Amino acid sequence: MSMRWNRKDLIGLRELSTEEINFILETADAFKEVGTREIKKVPALRGKTLINLFVEPSTRTRTSFELAAHRLSADVINISATTSSLTKGETLKDTARNLEALHADVLVLRHSSAGAPQFLAQRLKTSVINAGDGAHEHPTQALLDLYTIREKRGKIDNLHVVIIGDILFSRVARSNIFGLLKLGAKVTLVGPSTLVPRAFEKLGVSISHKIDNILPQADVVNLLRIQHERQRKEYFPGIGEYTRLFGLTKERAKLLKPDCLIMHPGPINRGVEIDSEVADGPRSVILDQVTNGLAVRMAVLYLCGGIA
Amino acid sequence: MKDRPSTSAAVPIMDAAAIHRALRRIAHEIIERNPDLKSTVLAGIPSRGAEIAQRIAEFIRATDKIDIDTGVIDVAMHRDDVGTRSDLPMVHASKLPTPLEGRTVIIVDDVLFTGRTVRAAMDAISSFGRPARIQLAALIDRGHRELPIRADYVGKNLPTAPNENVRVQLQQTDGQPDAVWIDKP
Repeated sequence: MSMRWNRKDLIGLRELSTEEINFILETADAFKEVGTREIKKVPALRGKTLINLFVEPSTRTRTSFELAAHRLSADVINISATTSSLTKGETLKDTARNLEALHADVLVLRHSSAGAPQFLAQRLKTSVINAGDGAHEHPTQALLDLYTIREKRGKIDNLHVVIIGDILFSRVARSNIFGLLKLGAKVTLVGPSTLVPRAFEKLGVSISHKIDNILPQADVVNLLRIQHERQRKEYFPGIGEYTRLFGLTKERAKLLKPDCLIMHPGPINRGVEIDSEVADGPRSVILDQVTNGLAVRMAVLYLCGGIA
Repeated sequence: MKDRPSTSAAVPIMDAAAIHRALRRIAHEIIERNPDLKSTVLAGIPSRGAEIAQRIAEFIRATDKIDIDTGVIDVAMHRDDVGTRSDLPMVHASKLPTPLEGRTVIIVDDVLFTGRTVRAAMDAISSFGRPARIQLAALIDRGHRELPIRADYVGKNLPTAPNENVRVQLQQTDGQPDAVWIDKP
């Protein structure tokens, strides 16, 4: 592999080439091994400073980035919305410029507004990693999903991946769609028509509102959480109704192929989008996703932070 | 290959037969110096060092009927110059048998130059455990050390100028017949 990485920022998968995505996944292979060592830490980013700026709450993504940075020997500072001067009226740009004045090398940003990471990346010398921006993209989540599929199935090309749930509000779905299509997968979106609008077909995916017809064809199902915090009531009648029509219940899971992978970005709502027995069953790779997220984020920090 | 110069300046140093003899001799020296070969590990540095480690292991197998352990030791994530180079070294997964306690690890590389790669390899090994001892084997020792490091087993000592480039080519890693050259600037 002779590719040279030359991006200081990771904003989304839309702008990455197939080669760049594969390069990140191969780099993650090397970092996954570090987690199995007796001493789970390498000096690759020693002396670099990473700031986790989470303007929107998140525990799992922030913790994963934090641990990834620690394993690369970087120094880490966490800033959350409630403890930052953003609540005192400071603009995002001013906050970021202050962080840059402290010689931060990498800024990991979670923000409720789509485009916030891009905005900062263009204005700062600091490397900017998008940890989720509005309903735009969540590139490291999609990369860890791709990594997990590739690890479990040996390939992504020609697999049929079915993404179920709240697509409209989901940056995870968007990043996954870009990544999966670039790596040759067939993608079908499933959910209520209010949350899975026809407009997504323009991206090159299929859309279905009948889950039971699609499940027997799936090689991978990726279930998305219903984002109560993002949506108003009128998008679907109720949680019980959603579970009845689109939840991966024990009965519905019987329609799946024996080797179909069941994925979920977490946090899971047991009994809503997925039954407990299915989430904890043999086809579920939900916890592998968490482990792989660490390796993928180490790879992204190494690549973007290493050249900054 | 990124460093390939104009062919007129490339001076051949070793051919396939010479490399074969050098690695066979290193294998014999390893057998002689390490009575307990079963607790010895040949840890190659990707990608040519890993290939050389495999070949030395085969010579040991052929000579002594002992299946010596081999491994791969990545140095990229242990280097001290990340952020000062424009090209980021490609990282590989390391693979070493564990536990390493009480064992001898022999680091294997194609060319020994400044010693910084070997320093990084020793750091990497220590994150897997604490071997009883670490030794070093190199196909070529070209001098110009920047750290207090020397090889225990050397295929060929090769005096070079600092601005020359030593190029090792192996069938398995490069798809071309085994050979070593010096590229004169």
